[in-house]
Amino acid sequence: MTTATATNPMTQTWQRLCHRADLVPFSGVAAWVETAEGPAQVAIFYIPCGPNTPQPAGPNTPEGTLPGPNTPGEAGHESELYAIDHHDPIAGANVNARGIVGDLKGQPVVASPLYKHHYRLTDGQCLENPGLRLRTWAVSFHEDRVMIRA
Amino acid sequence: MNKPRLIIIGNGMVGHHLVEQLVQQGATERYAITVFGEERHLAYDRVHLSEYFSGRNAESLALSTGDFYAEHGIELRLAEAVTAIDRDAGKVVTTEGRIPYERLVLATGSFPFVPPIPGNDRDGCLVYRTLDDLDAIRSAAENAATGVVVGGGLLGLEAANALRGLSLDTAVVEFAPRLMPMQVDAEGGELLREKIEALGVQVHTDRATQRIEDGVDAAHRMVFQDDKVLETDLIVFSAGIRPRDELARDCALEVGERGGVVIDDRCLTSDPAILAVGEVALWNQSIFGLVAPGYQMAKVAADTLLGGEGESFRGADMSTKLKLLGVDVGAIGDAHGNQTPGARMFRYLDPLKQEYRKLVVSSDGKRLVGAMLVGDNGVYDTLLQYYANRMELPEEPASLILPSNEGAPTLGPDALPETATICSCHNVTKGDICATLDAGASDLATVKGETRASTGCGGCAALLKSVVDHELEARGVEVDPSICEHFAHTRQGLYDIVRVEGIKTFGELIDKHGNPDTHRPGSSSAPKPGSSSAPKPGSSSAPKLGCDICKPAVASILASCFNEPITDAAHVPLQDTNDTFMANMQKNGTYSVVPRIAGGEITPDKLVVLGQVAQKYGLYTKITGGQRIDLFGARLEDLPDIWGELIETGFETGHAYGKSLRTVKSCVGNTWCRYGVADSVGMAIKLEHRYKGLRSPHKLKFGVSGCTRECAEAQSKDIGVIATENGWNLYVCGNGGMRPRHAELFATDLDDEALIRTIDRLLMFYVRTADRLQRTSVWRENLEGGLDYLKAVVLEDSLGINEELESQMQAVVDTYQCEWANAIGDPEKLKRFRSFVNDSRPDPDIIMTSERGQLRPA
Repeated sequence: MTTATATNPMTQTWQRLCHRADLVPFSGVAAWVETAEGPAQVAIFYIPCGPNTPQPAGPNTPEGTLPGPNTPGEAGHESELYAIDHHDPIAGANVNARGIVGDLKGQPVVASPLYKHHYRLTDGQCLENPGLRLRTWAVSFHEDRVMIRA
Repeated sequence: MNKPRLIIIGNGMVGHHLVEQLVQQGATERYAITVFGEERHLAYDRVHLSEYFSGRNAESLALSTGDFYAEHGIELRLAEAVTAIDRDAGKVVTTEGRIPYERLVLATGSFPFVPPIPGNDRDGCLVYRTLDDLDAIRSAAENAATGVVVGGGLLGLEAANALRGLSLDTAVVEFAPRLMPMQVDAEGGELLREKIEALGVQVHTDRATQRIEDGVDAAHRMVFQDDKVLETDLIVFSAGIRPRDELARDCALEVGERGGVVIDDRCLTSDPAILAVGEVALWNQSIFGLVAPGYQMAKVAADTLLGGEGESFRGADMSTKLKLLGVDVGAIGDAHGNQTPGARMFRYLDPLKQEYRKLVVSSDGKRLVGAMLVGDNGVYDTLLQYYANRMELPEEPASLILPSNEGAPTLGPDALPETATICSCHNVTKGDICATLDAGASDLATVKGETRASTGCGGCAALLKSVVDHELEARGVEVDPSICEHFAHTRQGLYDIVRVEGIKTFGELIDKHGNPDTHRPGSSSAPKPGSSSAPKPGSSSAPKLGCDICKPAVASILASCFNEPITDAAHVPLQDTNDTFMANMQKNGTYSVVPRIAGGEITPDKLVVLGQVAQKYGLYTKITGGQRIDLFGARLEDLPDIWGELIETGFETGHAYGKSLRTVKSCVGNTWCRYGVADSVGMAIKLEHRYKGLRSPHKLKFGVSGCTRECAEAQSKDIGVIATENGWNLYVCGNGGMRPRHAELFATDLDDEALIRTIDRLLMFYVRTADRLQRTSVWRENLEGGLDYLKAVVLEDSLGINEELESQMQAVVDTYQCEWANAIGDPEKLKRFRSFVNDSRPDPDIIMTSERGQLRPA
């Protein structure tokens, strides 16, 4: 479960994950998600666009039915939501959601709370270890619901 | 083939330095080396011997470890005295046997001179030279109230300091009409006497002791030439040293009339197989009783033993800079001006500040030939450079010793010639330092490691730093002080911005003062082409986020300034996980919980509750080094329940997770202890409750001891407080852990209020000026101007900021609230304490096993 797996997007479906109010702006939370390979722990990061001061979570998503694909890597961190593995293989513990979110050279990252190495939120790449990449999932708001494609 | 044997007799400072020099110069290839030490201790730092009574032990004073000798194949035989040298047979005789030598070095040092006074061998008449001597003094002091040191020179005043450290009423008896007759003149001596008497040490000059007999009110009575008497329980003789030349005399080596083994410029004695170094050696009719000339001899001797033709010993400068009983004394060159025909003198005496400075200049007024300082050594380094490098004096030489509004005129490092000696202990010149920099060293630590400069007595630390800084700058080395890629500011800079502009959130700070080019596409920091993560061109308005360097640093600054709860929505994303969840993450993702146990004092009821909580939640318990109890293995979702129970019992958060005050360790104090002189537990609790909410650049640890026995180990803490009969003594900027540093005495005899006021100022000044994650010890070492500067700021308000520092600290104290109590009452904040937002079951990957009756990670 520690490296990226090429799952056929055709078999993926959008699932309900949690509510907007469960998220912490500019930070992460962890959740369970059902994948084709079984249940997985994901770390969800919420980086609101606009002013840089965290506001209490509230409804401000644009109207829409099912969210369009929020392809990782396409839009830097203009995207609001990211999902990567919660498991940190370097630390051997499920902790990634509890790291500090930031950006390094323009790329959104989370710093693992145990050894402070960075994972890129867009593609799960570990910046300090080129051979290590975590899984990522598409996540999006549907009104106040957080949806994940897995 | 067997290597010829080299024997070194004596393992003192110089003997050890010789071994180091031999190792460095590769002598272990050529010789099998054996070292004999009469004492049972490895070579130790005799210069700082009096610190043995203020907390240091034999280990911390040691100059090396036994491993150093073993690693280099050098045989070290401690506690084995050499009793004779058989030059005909080429053997030394010890208590254990006879060992042949090819070459032999005498590094036997000296012994304290005890004047031939009837009664000088009574019980309780001691000397001050070795660790064993100090143990004897300490043991004798247990049954003593008063102590007298015979001898008012450098070593005598050191010994007086030691007696004071043992809480004895101390007096100094000196034969000459003034203290330190070798270093200071009558005026300086008078000032020195005033300052030392002000410390509670009696000074009796012009006193020749005639005999020592039974006392009436104390163990001994000293009778002087005028039949005056002085009663005391303990006498320490410190009236000079004599060379340990008995082995040389017995084997008929040439010795001086008044002792000392005669050596030549190559450190060879009258027998070319035998060398002598250090205080036993007599060169050009002189004995050198300082460590720096001894080290120079050791270097020459090592070279001689290897058949080299390096620099010879050419005598040594006996200039000294001392701090005796806290009083600065400095003497340079011909301080009395009586060895230089036509010398002229400038004198400056400030009777209020109690400072005395004297310059001795050549008859043409162009060169400095000597100087004398009492009360303030601030200009010593500058004067020494003028003297040692024979630099031309300024037109008005008096300006060097006159007070000036801009502070003492200092000689810039650029003005020094390449040959200028920066460190005299290790004989490192400015040229040596430049060579190290040219060879690639790029910081102070590397220069120290390579050249060993400033690792002897440490007196040249400030000068060394300024030379290194200056030379680095001259080489165009620019150290980028930016905290990270998001801000072109140091932590100190960000702190000032936050205070001056009243900025209360990270978002506002990075919007107004963040680097504008952060993650702009096309900037030099753009990701590699083809990388799937390249930001979309044109996405120039993406907000800046900060990173795991600047966010916690700014969180700490905001908390120091405004003290809003760290779990508030605006601040929580800035925190490290430990602050976020107010517990310490362990390697398996669980947390440890440390409630505050102020001063280490805990009621039985609370102790029971800790046990019950640990049982209920399956926690591993361990006592911490800071006198608290750590509960390990708490799951994220259990933290609020655990804290609910703890808070109900009256516990509050212990900030073990924060860069903030951890603990104030204390001994039990005079409430229970027969030696205690103050209520150390009470003071520890008071301090802990005052500073417990302060967020600082790094963690803070305090200690409070109830007497000078120092059971709370306060001198290894950031803030150390030690009770004396006259009040509290404050020590600052100590450290244990990876890089131990002895705390320095900062202020003495403080009452409760003055103690707290001083700590308020010092800590706030640290908060204001330290780097991110810089402990007080490192901060202090990097502080330009060092301890004297810190004292000027905190004790004399030289920057005029003390009122502000105090009110700022008071604001932090007044706004304290237990972070856990704050979070427990806020359902929004508690939402974070869920392992998973969509499932209440615990993380199945956390697996525990049992060991020694407790749980631990599997």
